[in-house]
Amino acid sequence: MTRLLALTATLFIALAAPLRAEVSITPVTSDSGLQAWLVEERSIPFVALELIFAGGATLDDDATAGATSLMTALLSEGAGDLDAQAYAARSEELAARIGFDAGRDTVSVSVRFLTEDADAVIDHVRMALTDPRFDADAVERVRGQMLSKLRRDALDPNTLASRAFAQAAYGDHPYGRASDGTVDTVAALDIDALQAAHQGAIARDRVFIGAAGDIDADELARLIDRLFDGIPAEGAPIPDRAEFSAPAGLEVIPFDGPQSVIAFGHDGIARDDPDFLTAYVVNEVFGGGRFGTRLMESLRVQRSLTYGVGSFLASGLLGESYQGRMSTDNVNAAAAIDLLREEWAQIAKSGISADDLSRIQTYLTGAYPLRFDGNAAIASTMASMQYQGFDIEYVNIRNDLIDALTLDQVNAMAARLYDADALHFVVVGQPEGLE
Amino acid sequence: MFFRLTAFVVIGLLALRAASAEPVTHTTLENGLEVVVIEDRRAPVVVHMVWYKVGAADEPPLQSGIAHFLEHLMFKGTDTMDSGEFSRVVEANGGRDNAFTSWDYTGYFQRVASDRLELMMQMEADRMANLSFTEDDWLPERAVILEERGQVLESRVGGQFNEAMMATLYKSHPYGIPIIGWRHEMETLTGQNAMDFYDRHYGPNNAILVIAGDVDTGDALDMARHIYGPVPANPDIAPVIRPNEPPHLAERRLVFEDARVGTPYVSRMYLAPVRRTGDQSQAAALQMLAALLGGSSTTSVLERRLNFEQGIALSAWAGYSGMARDYGTFSLGIAPVDGVSLEDAEAALDAAVADFLENGIDQAQFDRVRRQIKASEIYALDDMQGRARQYGVGLSIGLGVDDISGWVDALDAVTPDDVIAAGQFLLDRRNSVTGYLTQPTATSTSEVTQ
Repeated sequence: MTRLLALTATLFIALAAPLRAEVSITPVTSDSGLQAWLVEERSIPFVALELIFAGGATLDDDATAGATSLMTALLSEGAGDLDAQAYAARSEELAARIGFDAGRDTVSVSVRFLTEDADAVIDHVRMALTDPRFDADAVERVRGQMLSKLRRDALDPNTLASRAFAQAAYGDHPYGRASDGTVDTVAALDIDALQAAHQGAIARDRVFIGAAGDIDADELARLIDRLFDGIPAEGAPIPDRAEFSAPAGLEVIPFDGPQSVIAFGHDGIARDDPDFLTAYVVNEVFGGGRFGTRLMESLRVQRSLTYGVGSFLASGLLGESYQGRMSTDNVNAAAAIDLLREEWAQIAKSGISADDLSRIQTYLTGAYPLRFDGNAAIASTMASMQYQGFDIEYVNIRNDLIDALTLDQVNAMAARLYDADALHFVVVGQPEGLE
Repeated sequence: MFFRLTAFVVIGLLALRAASAEPVTHTTLENGLEVVVIEDRRAPVVVHMVWYKVGAADEPPLQSGIAHFLEHLMFKGTDTMDSGEFSRVVEANGGRDNAFTSWDYTGYFQRVASDRLELMMQMEADRMANLSFTEDDWLPERAVILEERGQVLESRVGGQFNEAMMATLYKSHPYGIPIIGWRHEMETLTGQNAMDFYDRHYGPNNAILVIAGDVDTGDALDMARHIYGPVPANPDIAPVIRPNEPPHLAERRLVFEDARVGTPYVSRMYLAPVRRTGDQSQAAALQMLAALLGGSSTTSVLERRLNFEQGIALSAWAGYSGMARDYGTFSLGIAPVDGVSLEDAEAALDAAVADFLENGIDQAQFDRVRRQIKASEIYALDDMQGRARQYGVGLSIGLGVDDISGWVDALDAVTPDDVIAAGQFLLDRRNSVTGYLTQPTATSTSEVTQ
């Protein structure tokens, strides 16, 4: 009993004083006009730098699908006067951690380097970004790895489900295809396609820069100008918007495994929609990736139909959808889908309760500082916030915006967002009891 | 993620990351609870972890999976808290919580704003001694762990292959039994089994508390004494005697065929020594061996030779896991390019290893590996949760704080000759299992279709 009282008292105090993210962001403009956000943190002698180039795999043509992905994988496989072996050896000598990654909407570059080696590392990364070699042996080697991954993907039920959902949702738009292309397109990519992808993707007009760690604004400005020396002003035009067009209904992709993977969803909310944050809050109550959501309570805790189920706002650069994923034993697939439809209809009709709202507000505002707990995480968040169009002040007002949401606003969004009759399901497996 | 994590993979290269530039304090309370505090005042966040020195390798016969099942049931309430309330309170305080089970340990953790630490301690201390759940809790949760096995293991052919490799590597020791359990035994587990396991193994005198983040060490220790101090030691705790491995007199081989295999590969696992308290030199040499053979996807010995020079591998790898109480493993592997058989790939892998051990180490590569290890000590300081985990795992398996903070020095002391000497065991396959993961052969496919 004493313990319960103590818990209640602590909880009350905690609720009364929501914590703020103690992050001080400095906007930086370089001599050449590049913008960056910096969080200076001098206690550990290294710097994390993150670049996000908008465009990504959407820049590929249908015939060269996978070009941006293969190109990005080759950036660290030889540049300037260094072949792949020499480039990697130099990265190791510098003890730098350099990553290049291509996704559907972006190409990103993540670098961590010791303060003492800043200039040498920046020069090394610039060489990869401005002067990649695309040596024939490297191209064939990395192409082989990529084809191997595509063959694995073709036998992976989770990938199959996501691919089929994207195809149904976006058809012929680049959002409808796999970022890594197909076995046929990747096999056909030539050096011209790789160079075109490089020219199209890496440019100043689409970059967002975040940095954190042992560096000040002047030094960062100098380093990013050094890094971007030789990077072209403009890249390839970014395609038009993708309209969600998956019909309501269900498609089954037969796959021989013990479980069914289920991808489900319908149209979503654009990330520049004034009510995006409201939709984000509703989804956190309904299916955000953790325990305690409605979907987890209903499908896992109450019915033991799954180990995990979640939903997410898939709001990208060119289009948006609202999706979820789950896996369940084949025998349970029909029951799980019925239950998903019920939960969908229920929240559209009745929304969430005042208690739900109050709890999620406390959770989201309290959890916000957890995102800022290391230089690497902070640099990435700084670049990502700019890419997503947030104001630099957003970090300081975001919790207030969440606390200010009313139940009427949230439930109006629930009614707008959820449409059980519009749900499109992709089931990969040997589901039982489905038509 | 929203899933209870199950730590199938023991620390490999991550073991490089223990670092000690920030103060680390270690003490033991009167009830036997070990406490580690790692100060990192950069962000107003704290990681709070409790590690029990018991895991899947301590399970009674016929109850494989009970350690992991108990981990799930630890969220189902105590004498004074309702089922699910633990996670609800963490969530109401903006925190994240999760848990994981390994063969040697079971860990529970929360990441929260640092002013919520006391509440986390109260709840964790409560379930250290007062766990309470009903059939309405454990019966559905058993179905959940079966779904978990279906999703994370049976739906992933690589996971099933690895399970088969481990079961073949260990002839007697329970590291050969999957952490999540064999399905046919999991189906029979009961709440009483879990409670018996809890009663026998859980208590402050078999646990380690790790607090990392925005705390003052003195304040955190006072709080720990105040909250965990009153939890009585569990008099029933006694170490489980685990079976040892008999001498391995014959190498083992297996072929795992499955239509879901997209990239066939060869995997080899050897029994290897673990990190021992006060003497990590052999483990350090093996870690360096793994770094040289397989630590880079470009410049490592195996990639350079099998992928870059000979062009027969899509990738080739090596890894060492020495963070275990009883046995470590050393792994080698190769995924061949199209048109190269697994047999030829294995032969090339063996030849590459033998050549390395015979012709010695490229000093330039050795120097680069050492430089990166030094730098990893600095990068590791950025990862509070990773550091907390290093201490939790290390103390759970019997290492001391000095062993963990001294790991980089142990690696730094390794010479090229040490590496070559440590690697000789790779030439003796009696201590190993070799597995092929592949599509069903043409013959067996046609048999099935007939």
